[in-house]
Amino acid sequence: MPLASSQAVGTPAVNFAIFAFFVLVTLIIAVSAAGKNKSASDYYTGGRTFTSWQNGIAIGGDYLSAASFLGIAGIIALAGYDGFLYSIGFLVGWLLVLLLVSERLRNTGRYTMADVIDLRLRARPVRAAAAISTLTVSLFYLIAQMAGAGALVSLLLGVNAAAGQDIVIAVVGLLMIIYVLVGGMKGTTWVQIVKASVLAGGAAMTTFWVLARAGFSLPGLLQHAATASPAGAMVLGPGLEYGVSTVSKFDFISLALALVLGTAGLPHVLMRLYTVPNGREARQSVIWTIWVVGLFYLCTLVLGFGAMWLVGGKAIAAAPGGGDSAVPLLAYHLGGTLLLGLMAAVAFATILAVVAGLTITASACFAHDVYAGVLRQADAEPADEVRVARITAVVIGVVAVLGGIVAKRIDVAFLVGLAFAIAASANLPAILYSLFWSRFTARGALWSIYAGLVGSVGLIVISPVVSGQATAVGAIGTSLITSPHVNFAFFPLNNPGLVSIPLAFAAGWLGSVTDRQPADPARFARIQVRALTGVGAERSSR
Amino acid sequence: MALFQPARRGSGGSGASGPEATRPSQGAARGYEAVHASRDFWTIRRRADSYIVPACLIFLIWYFLFVIVAVFAPSFMRISVFGAVNVGLCFGVLQFASTFAFAVGYRRWARRRLDPLSDKLRNRLEGGHY
Repeated sequence: MPLASSQAVGTPAVNFAIFAFFVLVTLIIAVSAAGKNKSASDYYTGGRTFTSWQNGIAIGGDYLSAASFLGIAGIIALAGYDGFLYSIGFLVGWLLVLLLVSERLRNTGRYTMADVIDLRLRARPVRAAAAISTLTVSLFYLIAQMAGAGALVSLLLGVNAAAGQDIVIAVVGLLMIIYVLVGGMKGTTWVQIVKASVLAGGAAMTTFWVLARAGFSLPGLLQHAATASPAGAMVLGPGLEYGVSTVSKFDFISLALALVLGTAGLPHVLMRLYTVPNGREARQSVIWTIWVVGLFYLCTLVLGFGAMWLVGGKAIAAAPGGGDSAVPLLAYHLGGTLLLGLMAAVAFATILAVVAGLTITASACFAHDVYAGVLRQADAEPADEVRVARITAVVIGVVAVLGGIVAKRIDVAFLVGLAFAIAASANLPAILYSLFWSRFTARGALWSIYAGLVGSVGLIVISPVVSGQATAVGAIGTSLITSPHVNFAFFPLNNPGLVSIPLAFAAGWLGSVTDRQPADPARFARIQVRALTGVGAERSSR
Repeated sequence: MALFQPARRGSGGSGASGPEATRPSQGAARGYEAVHASRDFWTIRRRADSYIVPACLIFLIWYFLFVIVAVFAPSFMRISVFGAVNVGLCFGVLQFASTFAFAVGYRRWARRRLDPLSDKLRNRLEGGHY
């Protein structure tokens, strides 16, 4: 393959044209779907008028970020089976959303996760805490996506200079602000639906192509991949990336815990559950999502091993973007410039759509929870709230661009793993306790949210992610601070979940049982009755 | 978690503020507690808990069994089943299959066992029968 690391793959002009086409089409969709978008319910939930399959696909679109599409296939291409482990965690977590959260959240909240906790506890500090953790998780996730955009574009448009990549990240930020301001939740959801369909179609087609090359034999494909890899048959089993040492083994368990518990705490996923008319539709949309996500990850298994076989780990590791470039390179190998351009445009559209979804979540959280809920104490006009949400979207866009520029060297899938750990620590315990535990109190909520948030973020700061790892280890790479003289990595694991998630659950329990003000049984009765029967749930505008 | 405790103690709470106060069904602020203490609600709660709690435990244990075997017994995962397809791959694909099965099974169960009772309770509550 004619692939020098300083060179773009394919023809940058073709790639650029396909990118521009996708951006244009999605913008038209966003504008035409948006409608009036006047009320808060329109802006935040698209009027709650989406059907379960539309929303299920849109949630899939939100969830199948560049990290899943490029990142997981990339890890499989480089480390084999260990990437598969990743994708299973991402899928299994959906059962928790389905069984514990979906209907109950739709039945008890209006726009955000904090609504549910607020219905149970009604305390301003708790709403503020829930908002802070929502914003933190959204920003972390957002930065991961922005970083991914930089890596992707450097590969496809031949933009390798740091300044050029920074400009690309800024353009992504600008586009996403436009989607959100113009389209609101309705426009963004339609962009997600179109994107998820194109993504699934592209992945299915390429998967079929790879399997055809291997004579439609999965064992054959695996055999080819193992033969092509320097590690040989080792790639077909676990341990290449995570089995290196005892620390890396526990690191993987920590990641697995974060992945399986984090999905149910991701604010942008939770917010999507409000876009359907009722709790049952929310349940049904999660089932759709499980099918979309599951089948997609099965495709990435084939794509990853296909890239290992046809492109080769060496070429992938040497390409700009490393593992994230495995799928684009595979597309180039199979279908030349045009397929590469298509897959790259799909990946680019993915990043745009996911960042738009995250931005709308974060802006809704700020406007609804912080501005209307905490600062104005519910006397804000809905129109004011929407105005604040729009301004926030712009601010968040700017912050995400700056964050993406700082973090652009770090592996996308890995950054997303950290966002899951924060979500599982700071958000999930408070949601579950609010819905299911009769003795949960406001103090318990504060303790659990802050313990989870400070615990997970704090452990990341004192982990090898930030300092102490001057040379790359596995696919995880070097620390944020590359100087070998700076080392404050006291916590050995890259992912904090193993410690911070139990800590947050324990803190929520301890804070509640030691609270001098006991839990209000009337509030527990209300949230339980509403969660299970749907009485008083927000109505659809249709 | 005290999943089976019916909360009968009624203090009224501060139920007349906030967004839900504007809902039409709020006419019965005390209704929630009455429903919560009712026989029907106790049934639906017990039914939901006795399905959801074991289901969550089973899939979490099943998933972590997979993770722990993958991390601590990689050689077991490498045992060939046929050709290049090994135990690890089958185990992984089974995780996908079981996730789909759980999702479909939950939907069937909820439609049959949960939804009719939930509808009945909602209608009674909205009709002011509590």
